[in-house]
Parts: sequence; structure tokens; C-alpha cells
Amino acid sequence: MSRLEVNNLLEVKNLRVDLPVEAGTLHAVRGIDFHVERGEMLCLVGESGCGKSMTSLALMGLLPRKSRLSADHLQFDGIDLTTLSERRRSDLRGARMAMIFQEPMTALNPAYTLGNQLCEGLIRHRGVSRQEARERAIYLLERVGISAAKDRLNQYPHQLSGGLRQRVMIAMALMCEPDLIIADEPTTALDVTIQAQILRLLRELQQEFGTAVIFITHDLGVVARIADRVAVMYAGEVIESAPTPALYANPAHPYTRGLLSCIPAPGKTPPGSRLQAIPGVVPSLVGHVEGCAFRNRCPQAQPTCEQTPPLMSLPGDHRARCHYADRPVPVPLQPEMSS
Amino acid sequence: MSAHSTTEVAGSRPALEIPDPSMAPRTARASTPALELCGLSKTFTLGAGLFKRGRTLGAVSDVSLRIPRGQVMGLVGESGCGKSTLAKMLLGLTTPSDGDVLVDGKPLRGANQKALARHIQPIFQDPYSSLNPRKRIAQIVGLPLQVHGIGTSRERAARVAETLDVVGLPRRAADQFPGQLSGGQRQRVAIARALIMRPDIVICDEPTSALDVSVQAQILNLLLDLKAEFGLTYLFISHDLAVVEHLVDRVAVMYLGRIVEEGTREQIFGSPRHPYTRALLDSALTPEPGLGVPDIGLGDAMPDPSDPPSGCAFHPRCPKAQALCRQTRPRLEDIQGDNARVACHFA
Ligand SMILES: Nc1ncnc2c1ncn2[C@@H]1O[C@H](COP(=O)(O)OP(=O)(O)OP(=O)(O)O)[C@@H](O)[C@H]1O
Ligand SMILES: Nc1ncnc2c1ncn2[C@@H]1O[C@H](COP(=O)(O)OP(=O)(O)O)[C@@H](O)[C@H]1O
Ligand code: SF4
Ligand code: SF4
Ligand SMILES: [Mg+2]
Ligand SMILES: [Mg+2]
Repeated sequence: MSRLEVNNLLEVKNLRVDLPVEAGTLHAVRGIDFHVERGEMLCLVGESGCGKSMTSLALMGLLPRKSRLSADHLQFDGIDLTTLSERRRSDLRGARMAMIFQEPMTALNPAYTLGNQLCEGLIRHRGVSRQEARERAIYLLERVGISAAKDRLNQYPHQLSGGLRQRVMIAMALMCEPDLIIADEPTTALDVTIQAQILRLLRELQQEFGTAVIFITHDLGVVARIADRVAVMYAGEVIESAPTPALYANPAHPYTRGLLSCIPAPGKTPPGSRLQAIPGVVPSLVGHVEGCAFRNRCPQAQPTCEQTPPLMSLPGDHRARCHYADRPVPVPLQPEMSS
Repeated sequence: MSAHSTTEVAGSRPALEIPDPSMAPRTARASTPALELCGLSKTFTLGAGLFKRGRTLGAVSDVSLRIPRGQVMGLVGESGCGKSTLAKMLLGLTTPSDGDVLVDGKPLRGANQKALARHIQPIFQDPYSSLNPRKRIAQIVGLPLQVHGIGTSRERAARVAETLDVVGLPRRAADQFPGQLSGGQRQRVAIARALIMRPDIVICDEPTSALDVSVQAQILNLLLDLKAEFGLTYLFISHDLAVVEHLVDRVAVMYLGRIVEEGTREQIFGSPRHPYTRALLDSALTPEPGLGVPDIGLGDAMPDPSDPPSGCAFHPRCPKAQALCRQTRPRLEDIQGDNARVACHFA
């Protein structure tokens, strides 16, 4: 157990992110634990506002200025990220951790050619010559399926379609051969046909280069097809984590079960039948959340659920934050039936 | 289907009239489709200046569709293929460049706004921007009645309360502002606003794509309930194929402004014929672990709609393209023995 933990690329224990808002303090990330193994694809999945982006920005050291971060443990390859100077943090970000955003234009500078932007990091962080950097850029552009790669180096971001820009972002993320790529909803804005092509490419290159990826999405279909492991987030917490097959075969948390049953499954859900919706809405994250955050929507909530549930360990690297993750909910006593 | 010339249609048939606003279900001949599109086209002119002629962009080209009463027609296709432009023409928000829309067999062209509003109502994607943030929910939902001068203010208030019930909003929502409601509740408000005019056709343009999946299921259930209760006819635009398969009776697949395949749910999802339909279905990633991401075999050379490829507009991305495809555009032909149509030389 401890040997494995040392070997993990990223270790996160009790990570919290607080943001001051008009009404008080918004607890965007409320004490989450997870880890990323070297070379694996971990999917962080959850609905909007559950804290996925705040988690990724916390890992990258890119949180909004006014936010507050705390963690018992935030280690990247043995380096404590909580005490790192901004300068060393920035070096790490360029060389060993890379990020791909939903909207590539937030990361690409419209005033510089793609060649400049692709090569900049490699030249600065790895001290290679411009010529070498250009060669690697051309190689990677070809690998991400961009034709006439050499000519593209002289183009500007706006000259490309959304799908091509996201391919360029993948190439850029791979330039310095990082150990970890964080991709925050990189295909959400793309058409399904383009999404399928980009996901296939990302998965292929990730496996080939042995890069670990934290892939953030709200789409359980995407997760099923690309993830090695999954962490499900709800209201600022990781409420379940498991290897992908186990999560889909035996979801242990009622929220995960709810999510999986509310998407129509072709061949299983009869067309036109009622879907199993999750009633109600997510609780406000401003102020303190008492007990289980899913309590107001949970079909099997019990009085016990007013206490904060622990993260229960289940067989096979499977964890769930629910009092009843490992046992059935107590059935209320029925009056004796006469035969 | 398009044997008649469109101008004749507009001239010879009585205009769309304002139906009886009572709650009674309207009677219409069952054989007349609720909505019929005949050779509908919309061309935009881009970058026209004082001294230069603009280029034209065919956003929707020669679309013919019939939606039988009480049925759901799905409309799918990639971003920019013309779905919303088509929806806007049906709602009278954009004038067609060519072709006609028939509602209950009567042309929409020249119909007055009130008549139109009594027949067709929209539900749009974004429950955030489509509601006026400074108006209370009761005002937003009741506005169409007020605009068209329907009922006394007491009758209007009663109708608003009743409609809020129908869409599952609490009565107290009436006095709230959109900012105080969740995304799902706002979409219920948008649905209430559409239903208050008792339309028989509802155009849903990506009604759940801005919502989380748990809330999406609530809204889809509501749309299904309303359809059953009021016998509504839907045009349902979505990029989520699992949702489309769940909801629709028929599906039309659009590519670069044209319908390339149309048929029943079973035909389109069970035995798609057009290479683009197949690619779309392959790219739908169902939550089945272990299947990986399929190679859909399409180039991502997205065409420029203002400079569409020759022949079959899909040929630069089509894995089955032949020389003929570059020269001749395939017509949308009926499939023998099937109530379906496809536009491909090699389907
Ligand atoms: N007012 C306009 N002026 C010029 N071009 C327009 C206008 N409205 C739409 N277009 C163009 O018409 C084409 C079809 O657009 P439309 O909005 O109908 O697509 P869509 O299928 O609804 O896409 P999405 O899935 O992104 O909503 C696009 O190429 C678009 O850029
Ligand atoms: N700059 C900010 N200031 C205040 N609150 C924020 C800010 N960014 C995000 N939040 C809030 O933090 C919570 C988590 O947000 P986020 O991590 O962006 O969610 P996700 O990416 O899962 O959709 C949400 O309640 C969101 O409203
Ligand atoms: S702890 Fe209780 S309320 Fe929370 S998910 Fe488990 S059963 Fe439901
Ligand atoms: S007509 Fe040719 S290019 Fe078009 S879809 Fe059919 S095979 Fe492909
Ligand atoms: Mg986000
Ligand atoms: Mg649209």
C-alpha cells in the first residue's frame, strides 16, 4: 500500500478551495482525496458547478487570485505543491504538467503564429534550439493528424477550425513530454464526429507516450470509452472512485447510480418511456454543508445521513462516500404478516 | 411531394386562421400533416458592401418534410448545418428565401403573428438568456396572452397558474425572477411560456443541451407527458443521439443545409443508409466501458458553407466517395418499399 502510494504521480488528500462571494464563502472543493498513477487516464466526472475546474486549476496553480487553497497533502512526483515558489511552480507547469482547455482560444494567443506558440515552452524549459523545437512541432502536428504541418507553423489560430485548434492544443501539451496533462472538457464544444476523432487520438498518444491524463467531463459516455479509472464528483466532493469497469458494473453511491440511469440507453430504455430523473437540485455551496450533500435528493436517505458519511473502502480499489456503500439500507420493520 | 409550385400554394389556399382559443382539442383531418415543409430554403448574403457583391451562403437548401400530427420528428446534424435556421423559418422569425411551410395544410406565408403563435411555439436551448431577467415568472409566462390580447387579466392569471402546474413549477414561482430559479426550472418556465398559447406544434431547438443530465431527464419526461396529454407535434432538434432515439418517431439527418436521410426511428438507428448517418451513429459514445472510441473513418475537413463542395457536399469526408460523387449531387430519393428517403449515389 505505502509503496504504491509513493509511486503515484499525483497524491491529493483533503484538498479544499474556498472562494469569497457576496453571500459569504463558497466551498467550491470540499476536502477531496484522489490519486493519479503514472501513465493512466483518470476521468473526473460530475455535473456543472461540482468543482471539476476548480480542482484542475488548483493542481495547476492557476486558481483565481482571491481563492484560498488548503490540503493535507498535494504532491506531484514527490514535490509538495503547497509550498512551492511561484517560479518553480511555473517551471513545473511548462515542463512537466500541461493543460488543455475547453475553448482552445483561451490558451492560444491570436497574435502569434502556431509555430511560435508550439516552440516557446520547449525552448524555454528544455533549452533546445529553435530548429529542434520546430522539428518536434512538425512531428507532433503530424501525429495529431494535421496535414501540411510545416505550413501550419506559419498560420495564426483563427485560421483553424475548432477541431483543428484542439488538435494543436494536444500537440502543444505534448511538446515538453509532460508527465501529466489535465484536459478540462476538451471536446465539449465540438461536434460528435470531431469529438470521437479527438478522443481516439488523445487516448492513443497518451498510451504511446505513457502520459498520465486527468480528463474532466460531464459525459458518462465519454468516460466509459476512455478512462482507466473514474472519480465522480458531487457538490465539491469526490463521492465515488473506481476502475472504470467496476464503476459501471457496480456503482456504489446512489448519485452515481442515479446518473447512470437517467441517460437513455439505446437497446435498454424503451423509446418514449419515462426516464429515471434525479429529483431536486444541488445544494448551495455557500456556507457549511451538513451531513451527506446528496441527502435532499437521495432515494434511500436515512436519519444517519445527517452525519457526514466517511469515504468507505470497497473491494478492488473502489471507494464511495456513503454510509450505506457496503451494506443495504435498513428496511423499516414491517408489522408481522399472518399466514 | 413538390409537384405544385410554391406560389400557387400560397395564393390558392385559405390563410392560416386563428383557432378557437378555448381548451377544447382542435379537430383537423388526420391525413393532413400538422406541419409540412415544401422546398424550404434560406440564403444569407455575406459581406456585401457598397461596391462589392456579397457571397451567398445557403444555410438551408430545398428541405421538404412532413410531420404527421402527434408525432415527433428529430432533426440532427453537426453545428452550422442549418437546424436553427430551419427552426426560425417555421416560427416566422426568418423569412424563407424560397419554398413554403404549411400548417394544417395552410400556408404560413402571410399569416398574422397571432395565428402563428396559436399554432407554433418554440422552446430554445438556453434557459438563461431566453428569459427576461427583470420580469417575474408570471409576467414572462403570461406575456404571449397579453401581446395577443387574449382573455381578461383574471383569466390570464388563472391560465398562467394552471400552466405552471402543468409544467411542474410550484405556484410560488409565479412571483420569482428567473435569476432565482435553477436551470431546469427556467427551462420549465420556457416550456410554460410556449404552452400558454395552447399551440399544437412545438419547435424544440436543443431544449436540454444546456442542462445537466439529471435535470435533462426531468425535462424530457415533461416533454413526453405534455405530448401525450395535449397531442402535441414536435420538431426536436438535438445533437444528442441517445436522446433523439428515445424521443422521436422519425428522424431527418441534415448535412450542410440539406436533408441527406430521413426515415423512422427504427430505420435510421437500426439500418442507416447514408455514410454520414452511419458516422454520426458511430460517434455517439454510449456508456459501455471496454468498447473504446471507434474509428469513424471521416476526415475532419469541415466544409465552408459559403463555398460548399461540388456534387455530394459530403464527398471530401466520405469514406465511400467515388468520382461520380464529386460531379453530381445525389437527389433525396424514396427508398423502395420503405417510408424513407436517402441522398447518396451508393446507399
Ligand atoms: N443571420 C445570419 N447571417 C449569415 N449567416 C448565418 C446567419 N444565421 C446563420 N447563418 C449561417 O447559416 C448556417 C446555419 O446556421 P444554423 O444556426 O442554422 O446552424 P445549426 O445547425 O443550428 O448549428 P448549431 O448546431 O451550432 O446550433 C451557418 O453556416 C451559419 O453560420
Ligand atoms: N471565479 C469564481 N468566483 C466565485 N465562484 C466561482 C468562481 N469560479 C467557480 N466558482 C464556483 O465554484 C464552484 C465550482 O466551480 P467549477 O469548478 O467551475 O465547476 P465545474 O468545472 O465542475 O463546472 C461553482 O459553485 C462555481 O459557481
Ligand atoms: S449517505 Fe445517505 S443520503 Fe448520502 S448517498 Fe448514502 S444513503 Fe444517500
Ligand atoms: S453520394 Fe458519394 S460522397 Fe455522397 S454520401 Fe454517397 S458515397 Fe458518399
Ligand atoms: Mg468547468
Ligand atoms: Mg442551432
